[in-house]
Amino acid sequence: MARKKRKVPQTNSSSTADMAFILLIFFLITTSMDTDRGLARLLPPPPQNEQKQDDIIIKERNVLQVRLNSQNQLLCGSDYISVTQLREKAKEFISNPTDATDMPEKHLKNIPLLGNCMITSNHVISVQTDRGTSYDSYFYVQNELVGAYNELRNELAKSKFGKPYDSCSKEQQTAVRAYYPMKISEAEPKNYGGKK
Amino acid sequence: MGKFNQSGGREMPELNTSSLPDLIFTLLFFFMIVVQLRDVTLKVQFKVPQGTELEKLEKKSLVSFIYVGKPTNEFISKMGSDSRIQLNDKFADVSEVQDYIAQERMGMKEEDQPYMQVSLKMDKDTKMGIITDIKQALRQAYALKINYSALKRQ
Repeated sequence: MARKKRKVPQTNSSSTADMAFILLIFFLITTSMDTDRGLARLLPPPPQNEQKQDDIIIKERNVLQVRLNSQNQLLCGSDYISVTQLREKAKEFISNPTDATDMPEKHLKNIPLLGNCMITSNHVISVQTDRGTSYDSYFYVQNELVGAYNELRNELAKSKFGKPYDSCSKEQQTAVRAYYPMKISEAEPKNYGGKK
Repeated sequence: MGKFNQSGGREMPELNTSSLPDLIFTLLFFFMIVVQLRDVTLKVQFKVPQGTELEKLEKKSLVSFIYVGKPTNEFISKMGSDSRIQLNDKFADVSEVQDYIAQERMGMKEEDQPYMQVSLKMDKDTKMGIITDIKQALRQAYALKINYSALKRQ
């Protein structure tokens, strides 16, 4: 009588799926998928020597003073405004559409693709904060100023090239950037009004 | 002749689930590769501000992080509740920022060094004083490309 062949008992693998599921869910919960986003800014290089800095004299009409005090109040030019108004104010200042005398002066400049245009190449937006200003309101102001530049660039790109700035070609973007150069300067903080 | 066994009744064939674990494992590995794990343990807590004009942080290998915020609950008794700077895994002073940047730069490939970026993850309620100090230190260290980390405002 031939012996029956013994079968090796198979491991029951029906639960491996469940185990893998648990691992999967664990990873899904513990990890954050959010990509890092942020407001990109470029800092000016450190001053080489102290005297040189004072040589730069900028006409008053070319400067937009944006000040934040320790109570997070916003002073733009000479009057207090709310942060939501800042974007319009900055746009008006940068582009100077009416050629007003108290707005930045315009210079003729030849930009490839755009030809000769009158641009406010010497304007500066100066942001000054107090040591006690909160980061939140400072960030809001920075965001609005960058937003003003982005909107102006978008408008220009749309009128000249018929498409938003982001979908323009490299040369077109350079031209638009030359038309509206981003000039946000950050002065040293002052410690007026309140401690820390 | 032909055997047509009708008497047994038709049974639904059982679904073969032996490949199910493999499927799930593939998913698992996908997620494990895609997500980035935080390589520092945070000792400060922060809520970044919200903005609209944000850009994505591109290459992770070019970015160094500086965290600023209040110490987490377990360190609050030791460090106080003032805003603190965290570099790598430990609390640091503003004076150490410059060294930290130099160190990070050394760890990079030479051709990548000019493209170095510093991402500042700072709490909303931080005072500008400490932030300005950090910015001055970054200027001195020639780390001029910075990125204020923020969330998209809806």
